[in-house]
Amino acid sequence: MHDILRIDPVTRIEGHLGIEVKVKNGKVVDAWSSGTLFRGIETILIGRDPADAPVFTQRSCGVCTYSHLICSLRAVENAIGVTIPPNARILRNLLHGAQLVADHIVHFYHLHALDWVDVISAISANVKKTAELADSVSNWERGGVKFYTQVQQRLKTFVDSGQLGIFNNAYWGHPAYKLPPEANLMAAAHYIEALRVQTRAAKMLSIFGGKAPHPDAPVVGGLTCIRDLTPDRIAEFKYMWQYTQEFIENVYMPDLLAVAGFYKDWGAIGGTTNFLTWGDFPQTDKEPESFFMPRGVIMDRDLKNIKTSDPSKVLEHIKHSWYKKGKPKHPAVEETLPEAGEYDRDKKYSWIKAPRYDGKPCEVGPLARVLVAYAKGHKEIKEAVDNTLKTLDVPVEALFSTLGRTAARAIETVVIGRQMDGWINELLTNIKNGDDKIYQSWTMPEGTVRGAGLNDVARGALGHWIEIEKGKIKNYQYVVPSTWNLGPRCDKGKLGPVEQSLIGTPVQDVEKPIEVLRTVHSFDPCLSCAVHVVDYDTNKSCKARIC
Amino acid sequence: MDQEERFYEKMREKGVSRRDFMRYSAYLTAAMGLSSSFAPKVAEVFAAPKQRPPVIWLHFAECTGCTESAIKTSYPWIDELIFEVLSIEYHETIMAAAGHQAEKNLFDAVEKYEGKFICIAEGAIAVEHNGVYGKTAGKTHLEIAKSVIPNALATICLGTCAAYGGIQAAKPNPGGFKSVSEALGIKTLNIPGCPPDPVNLVGTIINYIFFGRLPDLDDIGRPLFAYGETVHDKCPRRSHYEDGEFVEEFGSEEAKLGYCLYKLGCKGPDTYSNCPLRGFNDTTNWCIGAGTPCKGCVEPNFWDTMTPFYKES
Repeated sequence: MHDILRIDPVTRIEGHLGIEVKVKNGKVVDAWSSGTLFRGIETILIGRDPADAPVFTQRSCGVCTYSHLICSLRAVENAIGVTIPPNARILRNLLHGAQLVADHIVHFYHLHALDWVDVISAISANVKKTAELADSVSNWERGGVKFYTQVQQRLKTFVDSGQLGIFNNAYWGHPAYKLPPEANLMAAAHYIEALRVQTRAAKMLSIFGGKAPHPDAPVVGGLTCIRDLTPDRIAEFKYMWQYTQEFIENVYMPDLLAVAGFYKDWGAIGGTTNFLTWGDFPQTDKEPESFFMPRGVIMDRDLKNIKTSDPSKVLEHIKHSWYKKGKPKHPAVEETLPEAGEYDRDKKYSWIKAPRYDGKPCEVGPLARVLVAYAKGHKEIKEAVDNTLKTLDVPVEALFSTLGRTAARAIETVVIGRQMDGWINELLTNIKNGDDKIYQSWTMPEGTVRGAGLNDVARGALGHWIEIEKGKIKNYQYVVPSTWNLGPRCDKGKLGPVEQSLIGTPVQDVEKPIEVLRTVHSFDPCLSCAVHVVDYDTNKSCKARIC
Repeated sequence: MDQEERFYEKMREKGVSRRDFMRYSAYLTAAMGLSSSFAPKVAEVFAAPKQRPPVIWLHFAECTGCTESAIKTSYPWIDELIFEVLSIEYHETIMAAAGHQAEKNLFDAVEKYEGKFICIAEGAIAVEHNGVYGKTAGKTHLEIAKSVIPNALATICLGTCAAYGGIQAAKPNPGGFKSVSEALGIKTLNIPGCPPDPVNLVGTIINYIFFGRLPDLDDIGRPLFAYGETVHDKCPRRSHYEDGEFVEEFGSEEAKLGYCLYKLGCKGPDTYSNCPLRGFNDTTNWCIGAGTPCKGCVEPNFWDTMTPFYKES
């Protein structure tokens, strides 16, 4: 006997996603991931000024707001042959770091935590014990009996009002929730704290970017924020960085470890097989050699045999996506036409394409980055991973799981966050030495030029490809992290990473499949940019055929 | 006044100082274009709304940047909006429920609060091709909009996509996207911006809670308190424009001196927004402040009418 469960909408993600799983004897035996929105930004880009491409593609996503901007800038700069000044590279790293840590905090507390934390149970917690628990795991300044009494009272007043708002009708009381009420109250309090932390963390993006989301100061050639390179602005940035980093080290990481301690069985659920990174955070103008988070690919979980990833090995498959038939092609030479159709899990069931590396589905994101760095002996990552494994008393194999994915995100938040301090100091030193150059002037080539931008952003490996002809965009294409992770089956019928990860997941109550959400959320799906299309051959707008 | 004291006590318990509190009230009233004498009354509204106004927040074709911006409000903080000010019945990005439980929340809220809830719409609606380019839970966004929005007390379109179609409606608009207003043939209150400043959403909501009505609007649905004057008119670099002092290249000496960005494509003269006064991220910075030209992101069709962004129009 089996049931097919459909979770649509999958909430607490960016964008529109539906997940279907087939459950047999209490376990998932098959899964389908379906992106349900198409926007067509690449088509809109055709014929426009290449300098505008980063502004347009940034609007692919307001959650990973900086990610597409930086990737698009790199693609355009690569195409027209401009090298940005060292200070521009440092500033972009700082903005990217700020984006990544803020994004991960929001993901852990506001998009993912409610899969593990029963907020309603927090109301019955003993506040004294909660304060003791918090003191035992964290040095955060906000805590103590009075603090937790106030948080609990606030939650009680909210629940007693009868208007449960965003907490209404969830899976509260589900037997899969394992935390005691005190841990639930601690986590609920930090859920609220983190709402304010992300607001302050975003100010880092705003100081040198102009605003957040969608910072405007990075432009082709560098940045425009020359008047913000003053001691008071840098101090403001450093203050916001310090405040955010204290939260990461004293709250986020301790919470991750405390919660994970109750869910160690999830160290054997939700894993995938292959991992891909493009790498990011260039520390000199040598790429990819100087990337702080290295480039690489891991196949079949073999951490001993790590290779450098090669962008030419990427092909996108469309057999199970709503596009007209075609052979798998590299994103830079793709020809694609959308063909809207009915949802049919045996045929076509998603707007997302299925990218494959060397013919294989690859997971991208924090876990892939941490695994690649770990396998390469990255000092800071290795130390943080080993500490986490030791604290949780789990083997390295536990990384290949839902738990590992969620832990990897916290690990890189700590490590990249710490690295930002060095970048701030580097910027200060340069300015002190009289170098305040953050922009390199450039001219648009007259002929046809092509460029690629490869990044590793909060949610994983991101690639933009551009072709410019006579100063206008001829073609534009991107392959984004959620396309890798949430894509459907490929031509050979191989499941996408999220689909694969769900196989074997226990489901206690088919009416409340919280276990499925845990794994799906652990990928931090971000759908509005996962669906994309361009017609490379005809250079015309896409016409849809409606079935 | 009692209310104010009680509210202040509550705020103090949460670690907010008296100074912060007064700034908070003054900031909001200023955002609404009200005189400072209204500040205590705003505090009263926040202290004890009888029933938290129900809000249904719909996501159509968008990037969630408007939600990201909204949750960065700091007067009041987003947790206060969620727990004490509003009752957010449906919001896909932050709600705990998923799947059919989430859908039930939507249907129940529309029924229970018929004619009483505020709908906040984020994103454009796929209209052509039977709306097939945008679906949630098997329904097209057009179907969802039609089943929810006509039952709302008022609909606030948050961001340029919901208000005017936004980026996916830019030429050639391959998915056939339209604004909420065009898709449904109704009038909406619009808080455009890419993203909109959260202060303008909060100001609008306060106006509603406080006066029991929505603020006065311009001819394209924007609250006058936020969109009444051009960026150019209030720009701190305006004197450089008058003096003919322009930046002609990023990174130049003129850029360092903070000259006018008009010749680098600044669309401030054609853009009606309070950005120069309010700034972003709690006044941390704004586009022109960071040396980059205004792109006119609060104006309809700015992706077509204001581009190329970095060239003088």
